[in-house]
Amino acid sequence: MSTMTMAGQEIEMGDDGFMLNPDQWTAEIAAELAREAGIDPLTDKHWEVIDFCRRDAAEKGEAPGVRRITKQTGVSMKEMYKLFPKGPGILAAKISGLQKPKACI
Amino acid sequence: MATNGNGNGELPRKIAIICSKGSLDMAYPGLVLANAARMMGIEAVLFFTFWGLDIISKKRVNKLHAGIVGNPATHMPAMIAGLPGMESMATHMMKKKMDELDIPPVGEFLEILEDAGAEMYACQMAMEMFGMEKEDLVPQVQDVITAMDFFEKSEGAQTIFV
Repeated sequence: MSTMTMAGQEIEMGDDGFMLNPDQWTAEIAAELAREAGIDPLTDKHWEVIDFCRRDAAEKGEAPGVRRITKQTGVSMKEMYKLFPKGPGILAAKISGLQKPKACI
Repeated sequence: MATNGNGNGELPRKIAIICSKGSLDMAYPGLVLANAARMMGIEAVLFFTFWGLDIISKKRVNKLHAGIVGNPATHMPAMIAGLPGMESMATHMMKKKMDELDIPPVGEFLEILEDAGAEMYACQMAMEMFGMEKEDLVPQVQDVITAMDFFEKSEGAQTIFV
């Protein structure tokens, strides 16, 4: 666990690079986390996924798995891998300021 | 962090999964592992051999049965497991549970894996043994290859035998 400065703020980060406190998240932090993962800029489609992830996590208490994201947003599986090429399963949650999803699919 | 598949200057991680079984319960481990790898940005290669060809056969892909006969893990006496209808019932129950958990049926899972960029191959020797041709396989399978080809494709990968 450590504190990092991101977008001018002190953010609590876990050892795995995921934010510990989703309330500290801002759109600027999302952009910075995305840049670290090689995604720049975040397009409207990215934001569609990120917004859903945050909404869903607030409701369900955990980040959605990729399959749930595709089913609920209509973004296809293929698109998810285009949007987050280095691993949509972890990146969608990471950039959304959430913990790793528990889902295996 | 070195092997998290994010390619921070290191080679991306790769896994190779050999799927050699054809029961419903033994089809999922390989598929789930491959999909989980892809979700983390880890490359995945699947090699279907022997009974595993049933997973990728057009005729059998959505007709796999739960392997309860000769399987002491079912907590069912062997003689009961072999009674008429038991295997079908167990298969039906398993599929129902998968559905409740939103785990896709095998055919759909293969489509997901293709969309996720997993590579899937059939074993040439097994194809010959079972008298199968590439047209008998689901379209997600890229090619029919030999064991030596598999070793080329799985170079640097962690190999898992299912």
